[in-house]
Amino acid sequence: MLEKIKKNRFLFEELVKRDFNKKYKRTILGIFWSVLSPLMMLLIMKIVFTNFFGRSIEHYTIYLFCGNLIFSFFSESTTQGMQALVANASIFTKVNVPKYIFVLSRNVQTLINFAITLVLLVVFCLIDSVFPTWKWIFLIYPVCLLVLFNIGVGMILSALHVFFKDMEYLWKIFTQLLMYLSAIFYQITSYSETVQYLFLANPVYLFIRYFRKIILDGVIPTPEFHMLMAFDTVFVLLIGFWMYKRYNHEFLYRL
Amino acid sequence: MAILEVNDVSIRYKTGDIRDLGLKDFVLKKIKGQYNVKEFWADRHITFSLDKGEMLGIIGSNGAGKSTLLKVVSGIMEPTEGRCIRRGNVAALLELASGFDGELTVKENAYLRGAMLGYTRQFMNEKYPEILAFSELKEFENRPFKQLSSGMKSRLAFSVASMVNPDILILDEVLSVGDGAFRKKSEAKMHEIINSGAATILVSHSLEQVRNLCTKILWLDKGRQIDFTNDVKGACDKYQAYLNGDRSYVESKTAIQ
Repeated sequence: MLEKIKKNRFLFEELVKRDFNKKYKRTILGIFWSVLSPLMMLLIMKIVFTNFFGRSIEHYTIYLFCGNLIFSFFSESTTQGMQALVANASIFTKVNVPKYIFVLSRNVQTLINFAITLVLLVVFCLIDSVFPTWKWIFLIYPVCLLVLFNIGVGMILSALHVFFKDMEYLWKIFTQLLMYLSAIFYQITSYSETVQYLFLANPVYLFIRYFRKIILDGVIPTPEFHMLMAFDTVFVLLIGFWMYKRYNHEFLYRL
Repeated sequence: MAILEVNDVSIRYKTGDIRDLGLKDFVLKKIKGQYNVKEFWADRHITFSLDKGEMLGIIGSNGAGKSTLLKVVSGIMEPTEGRCIRRGNVAALLELASGFDGELTVKENAYLRGAMLGYTRQFMNEKYPEILAFSELKEFENRPFKQLSSGMKSRLAFSVASMVNPDILILDEVLSVGDGAFRKKSEAKMHEIINSGAATILVSHSLEQVRNLCTKILWLDKGRQIDFTNDVKGACDKYQAYLNGDRSYVESKTAIQ
């Protein structure tokens, strides 16, 4: 696979450049808008929920920011990844290229967005006097896994999107529901222990929780927690690659 | 050894309720038992080979299976049965004007297309001035692609694609590009590539062009191979007769199969 990427490096770079140019329309303001949207979300949540949850949660702004950062990265990457195959059908029905590079190129683009927002999180932390410790190095782990996780989900969705054109709407509804189930603006401690365990079945929540543990609690999660995240990631990646392998030629009939 | 060998290739294609289908429609149709996917053979038992410097013309009416066959030759699709052996790199120019992006500039599109065709960045940097000169789009270099006329788009497509030195070159309806002057230029370029020793496959609805350029003919009809021959003139004459309504030759051929 790495060899194939190497061989197609030029195409990959051009695709990333194209997606980037199209998204931001060649303006600095374009990037500004895409950073502004999570910040607005943060502001609204802060205003609305501070009265309900903010009093019992310390550093509530940072708490919200962690949730929003992870969740918007997840939902943007997977939505972009989902459309990658259908949007590039005119390319891969004409030339012989590995199809996953379209998903990868979309993910590179959302990663840039994520990185900028991540810097903003650090700025917010400093303002809220939450200071970085050496443990923050561990944040590399959830970031890397989340990138892979998004690629995996993106591959699965993009394959499904070829088969079912209404996946876009279904996924939009699903992510909206998932957002409320990801404890972005509330704490799960108010639920019974059984329910709290159920939250662990939501991979996105795991990533959010990892961030909060490191940044707000200054605690490195348990090895089991690391393994659970790795398991989820490998699981979706395997399904994604399997679907691409299985339906690689089938895609052509349907586009 | 032949540079391209297509050995008893058959390609099964699916149609029916598989395009533009939603999950909702799928489930509903499944429940009602109305979900049907038809399979048919787009190409059946096609066999031919091509040597260096030869030019194969593929003729046949719409739906004969020409484009599907080319997809297998270029490696985009796998044949359902049979084998396709390529001993060299393939450059396929299928439906030229599509696959460009209207938002990007001429230059960016040229690079993207070059990347799609498997060029390296270095090669593209080297050849880009030549591409621009050949396509006569110098003054449009930084314009968004959507502002160009369709003739200009095809000109760029042809110019990028013709920079290769492929071993196998596939041309699907691309020689009818641009205005008279450009057509002459592109035909000259084509001859240059053919003479450089590439094996070329040409699909054209202009029988005149096929007669003038090709050294071999593959005649397809509804996925079946009617003829594969060196006798270009003979095959073209028969095909012309077929187009004029004389079905006897095609029927005699398909009756044997």
